[in-house]
Amino acid sequence: MKGARAVVALLACAALPFVLTEYQATLAGFVGIAAIAALGLVLLTGVSGQTSFGHATFLGLAAYTTAWMSRYGGWPPLAGLPVGLAITGGTAFLLGLITSRISGHYLPVATIAWCASFFYLFGVLPGLGGFNGFGEIPPLFPGITRGTAAALIGVVLIAAFLLCANLLTSRTGRAMRALAQSRIMAESLGIDTARLARSTFVLAALLAGVAGWLFAHVQRYVSPAPFGLSASIEYVFMVVIGGASQLAGAVIGAAIVVLLRDQLTELLPRLLGSSGNFETVAFSIAVILLLHYAPRGIAPTLFRGRGRAVPDRRAWALSTRTMPVEGALVLETVGLEKRFGGLVAAGGIGLSVHAGEIVALIGPNGAGKSTTFNLISGALSPNAGSIRLLGNAVEGRGARFIARQGLARTFQHVKLLPESSVLDNIALGAHVRGRAGMVRSMLRLDRSEEAALLHTACIHADRVGLTDVLSDPAGSLPLGRQRLVEIARGLCLDPCVFLLDEPAAGLRLQEKQALADLLRALRDEGMAILLVEHDMDFVMGLADRVAVMDFGQMIAEGRPEQVQDDPVVQEAYLGGVA
Amino acid sequence: MDETIFLALLQDGLTTGAIYVLLAVGLLIAFSVTRVIFIPQGDLVSFAALTLASIISHRVPGTLWLLDGLCAAALVLSLIRGRFRALLPYGVAPAALTLACWAAARYGVPTPVSMLLSLTIVTALGPLLYRFAYEPLGEAAMLPLLIVSMALHFVLIGIALYCFGAEGVSTPALTEASFDTGPIEVSGQSLCVGLVCMVMVGALRWFFVRTLYGKALRAAASDRLGARLIGVDHALSGRAAFALASFAAAVSGLLIAPITPLSYDTGFEIGLKGFVAAVIGGLASYPLAAAGALVVGLLESFSGFWASEYRNIIVFSLLIPVLIWLSLSRGNTEDRA
Amino acid sequence: MTLLDVRDLSAGYGKAEVLHGVSLSIAEKQIVAIVGPNGAGKSTLMQAVMGLLPRRGTVSFKGEDAGDAGWMVERGVVLVPETRALFTDMSVEDNLELGGFSRWRQGARDLRPVMDEIFGIFPRLAERRRQLAGTLSGGERQMLALGRALMGRPALLLLDEPSLGLAPKIVADIFRVIGAMRDRGIAILLVEQNARAALQIADYGYVLEMGRVALHGTCESLAEDARVIETYLGRKRSV
Repeated sequence: MKGARAVVALLACAALPFVLTEYQATLAGFVGIAAIAALGLVLLTGVSGQTSFGHATFLGLAAYTTAWMSRYGGWPPLAGLPVGLAITGGTAFLLGLITSRISGHYLPVATIAWCASFFYLFGVLPGLGGFNGFGEIPPLFPGITRGTAAALIGVVLIAAFLLCANLLTSRTGRAMRALAQSRIMAESLGIDTARLARSTFVLAALLAGVAGWLFAHVQRYVSPAPFGLSASIEYVFMVVIGGASQLAGAVIGAAIVVLLRDQLTELLPRLLGSSGNFETVAFSIAVILLLHYAPRGIAPTLFRGRGRAVPDRRAWALSTRTMPVEGALVLETVGLEKRFGGLVAAGGIGLSVHAGEIVALIGPNGAGKSTTFNLISGALSPNAGSIRLLGNAVEGRGARFIARQGLARTFQHVKLLPESSVLDNIALGAHVRGRAGMVRSMLRLDRSEEAALLHTACIHADRVGLTDVLSDPAGSLPLGRQRLVEIARGLCLDPCVFLLDEPAAGLRLQEKQALADLLRALRDEGMAILLVEHDMDFVMGLADRVAVMDFGQMIAEGRPEQVQDDPVVQEAYLGGVA
Repeated sequence: MDETIFLALLQDGLTTGAIYVLLAVGLLIAFSVTRVIFIPQGDLVSFAALTLASIISHRVPGTLWLLDGLCAAALVLSLIRGRFRALLPYGVAPAALTLACWAAARYGVPTPVSMLLSLTIVTALGPLLYRFAYEPLGEAAMLPLLIVSMALHFVLIGIALYCFGAEGVSTPALTEASFDTGPIEVSGQSLCVGLVCMVMVGALRWFFVRTLYGKALRAAASDRLGARLIGVDHALSGRAAFALASFAAAVSGLLIAPITPLSYDTGFEIGLKGFVAAVIGGLASYPLAAAGALVVGLLESFSGFWASEYRNIIVFSLLIPVLIWLSLSRGNTEDRA
Repeated sequence: MTLLDVRDLSAGYGKAEVLHGVSLSIAEKQIVAIVGPNGAGKSTLMQAVMGLLPRRGTVSFKGEDAGDAGWMVERGVVLVPETRALFTDMSVEDNLELGGFSRWRQGARDLRPVMDEIFGIFPRLAERRRQLAGTLSGGERQMLALGRALMGRPALLLLDEPSLGLAPKIVADIFRVIGAMRDRGIAILLVEQNARAALQIADYGYVLEMGRVALHGTCESLAEDARVIETYLGRKRSV
C-alpha cells in the first residue's frame, strides 16, 4: 500500500520538469525544501513533544557549510552534504547535551537563545559575507533546470517521508510518542527518555540539514536572514497549520505557507495599496485562530487515522521469563522511609508480596500510600530502607531499572497514547524486550523483531479481553477498558510483580468485576500483585492480605476480615473522637 | 581603556539596563498572572515611539485605529451578551481618546500631552491584545501561548510597518541638559531614564504591596484557585497584568527613542533582551530579574566596545547557562497528560 | 429557611463520572456533615456545588439558581478547599485581607475591624501576622484558611476536609471553632473523612459512598448505625 503510493509520488516528481513553468518549479522547489525541514519539526514537536524555535539554525549550518565549501573551497556540491550534515548533527548533539538538563517550559526559551546567537554568528563571522551573505554558489549539477531541481527535491522529500514513516511505525516511534505523552509513563516502561529526546533532536536537525544543503544549491545564495528567529517561527507555523501529529502535516503546512505567501505577496499590497509584509500578518492571524479553534491543524481532518499495525499471528513470540515458584518472596521492603523536609511521609515500612498473591495497601487520606507506592516503583528514592525484587536490591535505582528487573505498574490517572491504536499502546510495554534503534527502524530492518513484539502484544491483549478493539484508538475506549490496556501493556514487560495504583477508581460495577476476575487469573498464574486502593468492597473481596497505613506508619496487616475487625484500623478510618 | 571610556560605557550600560529592568518587570507581571511569555512587549516599545512621532508630526497614528478596532470588537461582543456596562470602557473612552488625538494632530499640543496620549494608546492595547489573542486559549499549557506570542509579534510588526513605514524615528528628549562631572558628561536624558525607572519600579512596588487591588493581582499569580475563591476574576486579572506590562513597554519606548532611534522592528530586539533579564530572574524573582537586566545592559555596553559584532551573541548565549542552572535548581518533569 | 438546596447532582472529570444524583439541603444555622471513605466523591461534591466544575442537576442558594464560583462568592458562599489554596508567598495579614476582597469591592470598608475579630478567634495567627503563609504549620494554615473564609462574612461556609493532615489535638481546636461559627449564625456544610468528629459536631449527616448518598439522618442516629463503618471498610464477606 505504502509502496504503491510512493511509486505514484515518484512518477509525479519525474513529470514535474515537463509540467511546470519555471516560476512554478521554483515555488515547488521551495515547498519541497520547507517540507523536508518541517518533517523534522513534526518529529520533534508533534511526535515527541519537544519544541524548537531554533529549527532554521540547522538549515543555516548545513547551507553555509556547503556554500562555503563549493564556492570558496572548490568542492563539488555533493561533497558539502556529508560535511554539512556532520556539522549540523554534531552541533545538534552538543546543544542537545547541554540543554538536556533544561526542563519543561525552559526548553523553548533555550532554542530561542541559540537561534538568535547563531543568527548573529552567521552575520558576524569573517568570510561569510556579513549580514548580506554571499552568492554564486554552484548549482546541484551544472546546467540543471528549475524543473529538474524541483523533481530532485521531490525525490529527496519522498525518501525522507518514507524513512520517517517507517520510524513512526516502529518500536522507536512508539517510544517517541510515549515521550511526548508522559515522561513518567515512558520511564516506567524502561524507556531512556533523555537519550531518546536527544536522538530525536539530532534526527530533526539532520533533516533540516538536508533541507539546508538543498537550499544552498537551489537558491545559490546564503545570508543569515532565512536562518534566523523569524524563519524558525515560520517553520513552527507550518507545523501548527498543517498539523503536528502527522507527517502529512509537514507537507501540507509547508505547501500552504509557501504558496499562500507567494500569492499574498502580490495580492495584499494591491488590495491595501501599500507595501509591507502583510502575508506574514495574515499567516500569523491564521495561526492564532487555528490555535484557538483547531489546535490540531489541518491534516487530521484530511487524513483520518494512521495505518494500524497488522499483527502477524504466525510470528514467533518473545521468550518469557520463568515465573517464580508459587509462594516465593518476590518483592520485599524493609524499613522503607521517605522524608519531605521535616515531614515523615513514610517510615519503617515493611511489605512483602509473594508469587501468586494479591496484597492490598490501604489507609485513610494522607496516610502515605502514594509515597510508598512511588518508592517501590522507583519514582522516588527512599531516605532509608531497602527494596528487594527477587532478592536484588533496587531502591534508588530509578523507575527504568526497576522496570527492566520485572516490575510493571499502572497509573491512577490512565496514561495511554489516546490517538494510537490499542495494539500500539500494548506493544509499548514490550519496548525493553526489543533492540531495534532509529536507523534500523527507518530502513525497515526491524521487521522480524517488530512482528515478534506485536505478536506478544496480541497475546496479552487476548489475555485481558481486548482482542476486539485492537485497531481502535485507545482514547475511544471507556475507562474500564483503558485500564485493561494499561494492564496488558504492563504484562508485555514480562513482569514478576505488578503494581496497580487505584485500578478501580471511576469504574462501573461490571468493569470492576471484570478487573477483579482478571487480577485473580493473573494471580493464579503466579503473578505477585500489590495494589493501592480506596474501594473497600473491591479490595476486601479480592486481596489475600491487606496492609493498613496511617500517618506514614504501618498499623495493621492480615487477612481482610481480620483487618476489618481490627479496632485500631476502625479508629484510623472513622477518626479519633474530638 | 581609560577612565573616561569606562565611565561612558558604565553610563551607557546602566541606562539601557534601567530600560531592561522596566521591561523585565512588566514581562514578569504578565507571566506570573497569565503564564504567557509576552514576547510582543518589545513591539509595543516601538509602537509607543512611533505613535508619539506621528502625533508630533501632525498625523493621526495608525495605532489609534488598531485600538479603536479592538475596542469596537470588544464592545460588540459585550453588547451581544447583554453587558451594557461595557459601553464606558469600550465605547466612550476610545471615542474620547480618538477625539483628543485627532485634535492633537490637527492643532498641535505640547509634547507632554502627546506623550500622555501615546502612553494611553499603547497601554490600552495590552489588555485588548490579551483578550483577543490569549484569553480564548483558557488554561492552556505554556507552549501554545508561546506560539501565539510569536504570531502576535509578526502581526504587530506588520501593522507597524503598514502604519508607520520602515524608517526609524527619534522623539524629543525629556531634557537636553547634560552635566559635566569632570571625567565625563552625564547626559540629562540618562539621568531621566534612571529616575523614571526607579519611580516606576517604586510605584509598582507600592501598588502590589499596599493596595488591595495589587494584592489581588499577586493572589491571582500565587494561587489561581484561591484567587477564584475570594472573588478575583481571572480574565480581569490577566488584563490588568497585561495593562501593566504594556505600560512598562510604552514608557520604555518614550525613554529610549531620544537616545536610539526606533523603527518598526527594533523594539523587538530590545524586548528580547528584557526577556533575557526576566529569564535570569527565573521568570519568578523581581530582584533577580532587575539585577539580570542591569547585567545585560552592562554586558551589552562593554562587549559593544571590545567586540562589538559579538555583542548580541554574547547576550543571547548567556541565556543557556542560566537556563541550565535554573533547571537544575528546580527540576521538574512535564507531562502532557 | 433552606439556604442551599441540591437536587440530583451529577458531576465528574473527563471520562470518569464521580457523583451520581446526589441530593441534600442545608438550612440556616445548621451544620451538615458529609462523611464517607476516600474516593466517595466528597471533594467533587463541594467543587460542583461551588460551581468550579460542570455539573448536572440543580443547585439553588436562597431560592435562586446558583451560578459559578464568582456568583457564589458575591452572595456570601465561601469554600475552603482541601488544598486550602492559601497565597503562600504572601503574609498572614495579606491573606486575611484578601478574604474580604469581594465585600470590599461591593463597598464594605470594615476590613480592619473584622480582621481584628479573626485574630481574636485565632490568637496564634495574630502572633504570626507578618509571616509568610507558606511558613506556617499544618494547623496554622487551616486556621488561616478558615480566617480568610470568615473575612467574607459568609452566610454559608463549605469546608472540605478541615481535619486533613492535622494532629488530633488541633482537630479538636478546629472543630470547636467550627461549632462557634454555627452559633454566630453561619451555616456550615462540612465534608470529612473523620466521621466520628464530624458527626459529633453536626446536626445532620449524609454518608456518601461511590458517588451516591448511602445513608442520611440526624447525627445521633448515624453515630449508632453500624452500617457507617461498612461504607468505610467494605462489607464483610460471609465466611
